[in-house]
Amino acid sequence: MKFLLVEDNTELANAVSARLQLDGHVIDHADKIEDAMAFMQTGEYDLILLDIMLPDGDGRTFLKHHRSGKNDTPVIVLTARSQVSDRISLLDLGADDYMTKPFDHEELQARCRAVLRRNAGHAQSVTELGGVALDPVAGRLTIGTRAVTLRNRELRLLELLINAPGQIFSKAKLADRLFSYDEDVSENAIEVYIGRLRKHLEPSELRITTLRGLGYRLDHG
Amino acid sequence: MRYIIALMIWLCPLVATAQEWEDQNAFGPASADTTLRVLSSTDTSLFVPIIEDFLQERPDVSIEYFVTGTAQIDQVFRAAAEDFDVVISSAMDLQLKLVNDGFSLKVENLDQPQWAQWRQSLFAFTTEPATIVINREAFVPGAVPQTRQELIAAMRARPDVFRGRVGTYDVRESGLGYLFATQDARASETFWRLMEVMGGLDARLYCCSGAMIDDLVAGELMVAYNVLGSYVAAREDVADTLEIVLPSDFPTTMMRTAFVSSRTEVEQEAAAFVRHLVEVQTGPRNPDVFPLPPLSAAVDETGQAVISLEPALMTYLDPLKRKTFIKEWSSAVIQ
Amino acid sequence: MDDAVNVAGSLRARLALTLIGGAAAIALLLFFVVRTYAAQIAQSGQDSILEASVTSILDAVTVRDGDVEVDLPYVAFSMLSTEADDRVFYALWQDETLLSGYEFLPVADPPDGGDIVLVSATFDGAPVRVATAARILVGANARTRVTVSVAQTQDALAGTLNKISRNVGLIGSGFFFLSVLVASWATNTTIRPLERLTHSITRRGPKDLTPVARPVPMEMAPLVTSLNSFMARLDTSLKQSEDFIAEAAHRVRTPLATVRSHAEATLQRVDREDNRQALRAMVRAIDESSRAAGQLLDHAMITFRADHLETQPVDLVELVEDLVTRLTPVAEMKDIALTVISAGEAVVEADAILLQNALRNLVENALKYVPEESEITLEVIATPRPRIEVWDEGPGFPPDQMQDLAARFSRGENAKDTIGSGLGLTIAKDVAMAHGGDLTLTNMPEAGACVTLLL
Repeated sequence: MKFLLVEDNTELANAVSARLQLDGHVIDHADKIEDAMAFMQTGEYDLILLDIMLPDGDGRTFLKHHRSGKNDTPVIVLTARSQVSDRISLLDLGADDYMTKPFDHEELQARCRAVLRRNAGHAQSVTELGGVALDPVAGRLTIGTRAVTLRNRELRLLELLINAPGQIFSKAKLADRLFSYDEDVSENAIEVYIGRLRKHLEPSELRITTLRGLGYRLDHG
Repeated sequence: MRYIIALMIWLCPLVATAQEWEDQNAFGPASADTTLRVLSSTDTSLFVPIIEDFLQERPDVSIEYFVTGTAQIDQVFRAAAEDFDVVISSAMDLQLKLVNDGFSLKVENLDQPQWAQWRQSLFAFTTEPATIVINREAFVPGAVPQTRQELIAAMRARPDVFRGRVGTYDVRESGLGYLFATQDARASETFWRLMEVMGGLDARLYCCSGAMIDDLVAGELMVAYNVLGSYVAAREDVADTLEIVLPSDFPTTMMRTAFVSSRTEVEQEAAAFVRHLVEVQTGPRNPDVFPLPPLSAAVDETGQAVISLEPALMTYLDPLKRKTFIKEWSSAVIQ
Repeated sequence: MDDAVNVAGSLRARLALTLIGGAAAIALLLFFVVRTYAAQIAQSGQDSILEASVTSILDAVTVRDGDVEVDLPYVAFSMLSTEADDRVFYALWQDETLLSGYEFLPVADPPDGGDIVLVSATFDGAPVRVATAARILVGANARTRVTVSVAQTQDALAGTLNKISRNVGLIGSGFFFLSVLVASWATNTTIRPLERLTHSITRRGPKDLTPVARPVPMEMAPLVTSLNSFMARLDTSLKQSEDFIAEAAHRVRTPLATVRSHAEATLQRVDREDNRQALRAMVRAIDESSRAAGQLLDHAMITFRADHLETQPVDLVELVEDLVTRLTPVAEMKDIALTVISAGEAVVEADAILLQNALRNLVENALKYVPEESEITLEVIATPRPRIEVWDEGPGFPPDQMQDLAARFSRGENAKDTIGSGLGLTIAKDVAMAHGGDLTLTNMPEAGACVTLLL
C-alpha cells in the first residue's frame, strides 16, 4: 500500500517508515502541512497517517481541509492523547480512526485493513501468485473459482509469505509478527497455522516448505 | 439632792400624763398581746359598738380609748405622739395638718374614694353636717327657721325669747367649732350677721356639742348653732324636745377622720383598727350597733358636698389668720 | 472533599444586631430625652401653680397700724391640691423674723421686686419644690421686707413622671419591636442578592467557569469582579494545565513511539535468540509503561469526573456498539470475536465518557486474558436496572482473589506475565459506583469469567 505519513518528528517518521517498508509498503513522508498538501496534489495514496500535533498548525486544520476537498482517502490520526473525549472530536473532524503513540504496528495494519474495508470504493491491491489471488484488505483468498475468507492470523501469515516468495522465515520471526509481545507462544502454534495454510493452498501451485532448523518458505511451483 | 432629782425625773412622766381626759376606758382582755391606745373626740358611748365589733375579730388586742376635745387632741398628740396609736377627731383641719406635718403612717390596701382620704393616711368614715338644733318650745310647729337668714329674722323678732338662750361653739376652745365657723365665714356674709345677732343676744359659748345639747334639753338654750346633728340623733331621749334643722342655704358638713400615729409601735393592729372603722362605716349598716352616720358623698338636697380634705384647710390654722379671725369673731359674738 | 469553610461571625447577625442595636440605642435616647423634656414641662406646671400661690399670698400682705398683716387667701393652698395629696409647707418672714409657718423650710433669697425664685430642696425627709418671693413694704416710719415661701412635695409630679415614663417606655418598646421587624426584613432583603449569587453559582456545572453575568448590586460588584477574574485565571490555568499535559504527553510518547517502531523493525533483522529476547523485552517494557500511564491518566480523569458527574441520556447499546467497532481490529489480531447482544434501546442518565472508559478497560482486560479464537460477548440489559455484562471463555478469575481484584493496583495470579497495571477493574468499579451502581465479578459454571457493570 501507499502511505502518506505526515509527521514532524523525523526520528519517529524514519522508524515508522522503516517498519512499514518491511512489509512491502511504500511511504511518502511530509513533515509540514504544506508539504503534505503538495504531496496530496501529485500523488494518490491508499491511506494517510497524520500526526495531530504539527508545527505549522494543528493537524485538525489539515483534516478539515482534506475532508472539505472531497478527497476520501482514509486518514488514521496518530496522537499522544488517549482520552476518549479526544477520540470523539477527532472522529467528528473526519478522521477514520486513531492510534495513540507508541503504537503496535500489527494493530496499525489491522486498523488500516479495517478502515480500507469500510471504504469499499477504493480499488484494493490484490496479490496474485501461482494461481492464488489474495486480497489482503478483505482477507479473501481466491484459488480458481473458490474464494475463502481467511482468519486474521492465517491472513497475516500468508501475506508475509506471499510478499516474499522464496524467502526463509524462521519460526521465531513469524511468531514475532503473528503474536503480541506479551504472549507466551509455543512453537506448535506456528505449525498449526502453517498447517492450515497448506490446506488452503492445496489446489494452487504454491507450497509452503519446511526447512528444518531454518524455518518456512513459500515456493512457487 | 440626787434623790430628789431622781424622784423628780421619775415623777415627770406621771406628771406629764396627768392629763385630764373627758373619758378614759379600756376594752378587751387585760392579758392581750397588744394594746391599742386610741385618742378620740367621739363620745365613748357612740364608739363602744365599733370597738367591741373590732375586738370580736381580734381577741388578741385590747383597746384604751381616750376622749378629749378636738383642740386638746392636737396639742396632746403633738407633744407626745408616741403615747398614742390611733387618732380620731372631727376637726378635719387639725387632723390634716397633723398628717401634713408628718405625724401619720400610710395604711395600704385601704381603698377610699379620693375625697374621703388624704395621702392614704387620713381616712374619713362619717359625714356629719353642722345643724341648727332648736328646742321645740321656742317655735310654733311649722315656723321653724330653715335657713340662717330665717333664724336671724326669728331671733330679731323675739329677742326676749332668745336673749341668753342662744348658744354656739366657742371657737377659741373647740377645734371643730373653729372649723365650722371658718367654713361658714368662707361661704357667706350671713355667718357674720348671725354672729352679730347672737352676740347682741348674749350668746352662750360652749366647748362641745354634748353640753349644748344638755342645755337645750334642759331648756336653758332655745337655739344652738352649728351643733353636730349626729349627737342629737344619737340621744334617744331628745326626739320630742329637740328638732334638728339642716340649714338649707348652705350646709357645712364635716367628716370624722382617723389616722395611725407615726410613732406607733403596733402598726399592724393600729392599721387594722382604722381599716375596720372604714369598712364598718362604708358597708351595710346596723343603726343599733353603729350609731354614727355613714360616709356618703351627697349629703342633702342642695347637693353640696362635704368640706374638702385638702391643704387649704390649713389656711385658717395659720396663726396670723387665726388671730385675725378670732378678733373679728370675738368682736361680733362677745359684746 | 469540601473543607469546612472558616466561618467567623455572620453577615446577617452583624447587620441585624447593628440595626437592632442602633434601634435600641435610639429608643433609649428617645426615652431619656422625652422623659427629661416631660420632667421639665411637669416641673414648670408645678412651678406655675406655686408661683400663683406665692403671688396670691404676697398680694394679701398689708401694713396696718405699723403691723404687717397677712390675710392668707383660702385659694392660695386650695390651688395646691393634687391627685397625690401633696403636702404643703409655707413660711412668712418679715425681715429676719418668722411671722408664721414652718420655721425650718429652706428659703431662697429672692430679689425685692416680687420676682419669684424656685428651688428644689428637701424638707421633713421629702423632696419639695419651694417658691419664694419678697416685697418691700413701706410703713409709717420703716421699710420692711416680707418674704413669702410656699413649698409642695412632689409626689404628684413623680406620679406624672412615672406615668409618662411608662407610656414613653411602652411607645419606645413598641418602636423597638417594630424596628426589630424592620431590621429582620432589611437584613433579609440585603442578604438576598448574596444568596441569589450563591444559588446561581452553586447551580453551575462542574466545568462552568464562565463569568457571572447576572446583575448584582453595586457593593457586590467588586466581589463579582474578583470572582470572575479568579475564575478566568482558574480557567486559563486549567487550560494551560491541559495544554501542558497534552504537550508533555506528546513529547514523552513520540520518542517512545520511535523506540518501539525501531525495536519492531530491528526484531525482524536479528537472529540471535538473546538479542531477540532483549528486543521483545524492550517492546514489552514500552507497552507496559504506555499502558500504565494511560490508565493512570484515565483513573485521574475518572476520579475528577466522578465527583462532579455530568449526566446525559446515553443509549448503552449504541455506546457498546461503538466500543466494539473500535476494538474489533485489536480483537481480530487474536482472532477473537466481539459480539453484542441487546434487546433494543437502553437509555440511561450517565456520563458517556466515563462509561466508555470503563467498558474499554473491561474489554481490553478480557482481550488480554482469553485464549485466541474465542468469543467475548457484551450484553446490554435494561431491566430491572440497566447493566452491561461482559463474559468470555477464558480461564476465569481466581476464586479466592475475586474480592480484591478491583482494589487498586492488584492483579490476579492469572495475570502474572501479562502487561498492564491492575487498574482496569478499579477504573470500571469507580465508574460504576459514581453512577450509583457496582461492579461484580463471577466465574461461569462451565468456563470463563463474567463482569457485570451495574448502573
